[in-house]
Amino acid sequence: MLYAILCYHAEEVVGSWSREEDAAVMEKLAVVQERLARDGRLGPVARLLPTTAATTLRKDREPGIVLDGPFAETKEQLLGFYVVECENLEQALDTARELGRANPGGAYEIRPIAYFQPGGGTP
Amino acid sequence: MTDLDWMHAALAGARPRAVGALLRYFRDLDTAEEAFQEASLRALTHWPRQGPPRDPAAWLILVGRNVALDAGRRSRRETPLPPDEVLSDLDDAEAALTERLDESHYRDDILRLLFICCHPDLPATQQIALALRIVSGLSVRRIARAFLVGETAMEQRITRAKARVAQARVPFEAPGPVERAERVAAVAAMLYLVFNEGYSADRESSPARAPLCDEAIRLGRLLLRLFPAEPEIMGLVALMLLQHARAAARFSPDGSVVLLDAQDRRLWDGRMIAEGLALLDKAMRHRAPGPYQVQAAIAALHARSPAAEETDWAQIDRLYATLEIMQGSPVVTLNRAVAVAKLRGPAEALALIEPLAPRLSGYFYFFGVKGALLSQLGRSDEARTAFDRAIALATTAAEAAHIRQHLDRLRG
Repeated sequence: MLYAILCYHAEEVVGSWSREEDAAVMEKLAVVQERLARDGRLGPVARLLPTTAATTLRKDREPGIVLDGPFAETKEQLLGFYVVECENLEQALDTARELGRANPGGAYEIRPIAYFQPGGGTP
Repeated sequence: MTDLDWMHAALAGARPRAVGALLRYFRDLDTAEEAFQEASLRALTHWPRQGPPRDPAAWLILVGRNVALDAGRRSRRETPLPPDEVLSDLDDAEAALTERLDESHYRDDILRLLFICCHPDLPATQQIALALRIVSGLSVRRIARAFLVGETAMEQRITRAKARVAQARVPFEAPGPVERAERVAAVAAMLYLVFNEGYSADRESSPARAPLCDEAIRLGRLLLRLFPAEPEIMGLVALMLLQHARAAARFSPDGSVVLLDAQDRRLWDGRMIAEGLALLDKAMRHRAPGPYQVQAAIAALHARSPAAEETDWAQIDRLYATLEIMQGSPVVTLNRAVAVAKLRGPAEALALIEPLAPRLSGYFYFFGVKGALLSQLGRSDEARTAFDRAIALATTAAEAAHIRQHLDRLRG
């Protein structure tokens, strides 16, 4: 089954990492990702720009309203995601724990995927 | 990343909100700073044992407030302190309460903290030093190194700035909309000062100063999170990102300045450019242009151009013309002249800058640009005079080295 691992973290904390600390975390995560890729389990991976770069379209009325900023004002924000093939929740949790050791703090939401369209070309 | 690294990042991230709230409680900068310091020390012993709190800022505010209140009580009469565990063992209910209490205030708390640092009575250098010390929490030693002065001198500078700020009596009531807008504008200007202090560094001093650019960008994002719909703040952060993205290409290995035209664009930071362009896109939707947005738009044209020869100089010329109307200054006209030279040749550019001479007679770049235009026109003797003047006015070795290359070319 395909799982999305959604990465939540306090943006002000991640934004306070030095360049070296940021690079060190990315390097450790790359090791985990490489192994997942070798096992044929790794789908798309994304790190999102800060929420200040986000725009929200409220589409519950016509015409929709465009708002500056992320959808939810929360202490921990959605900063990235992975799509990973896992046999079951246990394996998904193990994968999340492994990623978490490379990038401590914050939380991962593990969410099974209902429909997945990997897209034709590379953007 | 070790636990200690994580905690330092958490403390740095929580600092503006926590010190801002403590400042509102105690109405005294030193007390607020000391309370935060004390709370941070306790965090370093408590968090590893009990796990980090979900909201580090709320934890630090509550502990900092308790500690400072206790210190006040203790100094008034010698009552024993409650044990450390009782003092700072916060259950979730208490943390949730502080959070609610602060939620309505924290935007103005952080704004006030930033605004205090850019009081009009303070000269620019003191504004920058104060912001780096109080808001960013940089050590006096690190700030002193960035300004190339001794630690004692910097300590005195910060103490003097704090004394002035205390006299200025910034009001603690929540500001009205007009006052809030004025504060945001003043803070934006101060952040750009911090940025430029880092950006104007030469290669030798850049290891100590480049972090100032990162810090200004971090605080700019913070300001934008507080005021997410302000196009000029988007423009400011975009401008800083797009300029700082070129950092790795701005100096040659021998330390001399590499101008935009000659930079290796592969060294530009793609992530910063993406973020800068995204913010500018957002800002333009508001159709409320301002000087930061226009400057960011100019930087964006450079960032979008795959090679120097493909730069859209006509558009840059138009944007500088807009900037001249919005925020005219001889320096803006001087920058416009560079675009004019590319579009319509050095003679027209020279005619544009010659009237600026009386006002820019002490400005390094004026003579650098003038010399370059004159040498393009084949007026070598006059070019040499202008370059000599530029070298005399250069403030860094990198600037002087760059002009010397021009002089060498004139000889060769």
